[in-house]
Amino acid sequence: MCTVCGCGTDISTKAPGLGSRVAAHSHDHVREHSHPHSDHHHHDHVEGTIDFGSGIAGVELPGVSQQRTIRIERDILSKNDAFAHANRVRLRTTGTFALNFVSSPGSGKTSLLVRAVNDLQARWPVAVIEGDQQTDRDAERIRATGAPAVQINTGKGCHLDAHMVGHALDHLSLAPGGLLFIENVGNLVCPAAFDLGEAHKVVVLSVTEGEDKPLKYPDMFAASDLMLLNKVDLLPHLEFDVDACVAAALRVNPRIQVMRISSRTGEGLAAFYAWIAARVAATIELAGLPA
Amino acid sequence: MHEMSLIESVVALVEDERRKQDFSRVRTIRLVVGVLGHAEPSALRFCFEAVTRGTIAEGARLEIEQVPGQGWCGSCRQSVSLSERFAACPVCGDTQVKMTDGGELRLSELEVE
Repeated sequence: MCTVCGCGTDISTKAPGLGSRVAAHSHDHVREHSHPHSDHHHHDHVEGTIDFGSGIAGVELPGVSQQRTIRIERDILSKNDAFAHANRVRLRTTGTFALNFVSSPGSGKTSLLVRAVNDLQARWPVAVIEGDQQTDRDAERIRATGAPAVQINTGKGCHLDAHMVGHALDHLSLAPGGLLFIENVGNLVCPAAFDLGEAHKVVVLSVTEGEDKPLKYPDMFAASDLMLLNKVDLLPHLEFDVDACVAAALRVNPRIQVMRISSRTGEGLAAFYAWIAARVAATIELAGLPA
Repeated sequence: MHEMSLIESVVALVEDERRKQDFSRVRTIRLVVGVLGHAEPSALRFCFEAVTRGTIAEGARLEIEQVPGQGWCGSCRQSVSLSERFAACPVCGDTQVKMTDGGELRLSELEVE
C-alpha cells in the first residue's frame, strides 16, 4: 500500500473506468490561482467556478443543456509534484541524500553507479532504484555489489514518476544518513519534467555522443545541477570538443557544474565523491542526525 | 512520449474535480501550454483519444492555448520574446535572459454538463 496516498501498489495514475470514482487519492490540493482571470468571461466567480448552465434559480429543464464551464487552473504536473514532495519529506526524515541520474541510453549510467556504489558503500549506506522499461538486469548488476536495489519497470513508460519512486521506497529500508541513487530511464527528454523528490538531477553525457546535445535537449540540462562528462578516457580516439560541450551546457544552464569523469579508469571520480560528501554532510545536519 | 502521462495527469485532475462538482460528461478540456515547456501540443493531441478512452474525459474535445515564449533581459531592462528557452536577447544579444512565459503546462478549464 502506498504510504503517500493510500492506494494499492498496482494502482496506476490512470483513472478507473467511467462511472467509478477515484478513491485512491484523498489528500487535499491547494487550488492555484496564480494569474488573473482572462477577459473573455463577464460574470462573477464563486470558488473558482464559472457556472454558465445551472439554470435560472437552479431549475433544470429536461432537454435543456446544463453545460457549464469550470475553471481549474492547476498545473498538469501538480499530482506528480505532490508525490515528489512526499518523497522529499520522507528522504529528509532519514537524512538520505538522493540523486536522480538522467541521460540517453548508453551514456554509462549503470556502470558509473556500480563503480560509485563499490567505492562509496564503505563510507555511507547506499541504496539504488533502477528504472528501465523492461528487465531487472540493472538492479541485478547493482545487487552484485551488495547494495540493496529495487527495479522499477515502466513498461511502455519513458520516464520514472514520483509515484513509482514512492512505491520503490516502500521496498527499501533506508539506513539513516545514506545515499539513494535513482537511475532514470535512458531518455534525454521525458524525465526532465518529472520531479522525483531528489536533491539533484545529475545528467550523464558521454563523449561518444554529440557535444551539442545540451543545445538539442536543453530541458534536461536546464533541470540538472551537475553534468558528468563520462568516458573521457576515450577522448584521444574521438573528435569530441570538450570545451564546446561545456559551453553548450552552460548556455542552457549557467548554474550547472561540470565534471569530467571516466567510470572505467576512475578519472575525475574523486571530485564527484567530494561533491557528494559535502552534500551528504549538509543533509545529515538538516535531519538532525549525528554526523 | 511523456505526453501520455501528462494526459493521464489531466484525467486525474478531471476526476478530482468531479468529486467536488457534480457532472456526468466533459465536453471540452482546455489546456494552456507554453511553447518553451515540456509538452508538444501535437503529441498531446495524438494520444488524447487513446488515453481518455474509458474515463470521464472520453469524447471530450481538447483545446490547447499556446503561450509564446517571453523573457526578461537584465541588460535591456525589458521583456523580450524568446524563440528558444535559452535564446539570446533579440535586442542586445545578452545570453542571460530569464524566461518568464512559455513554460506553462496547465489545465485551465473544463466545459461540463
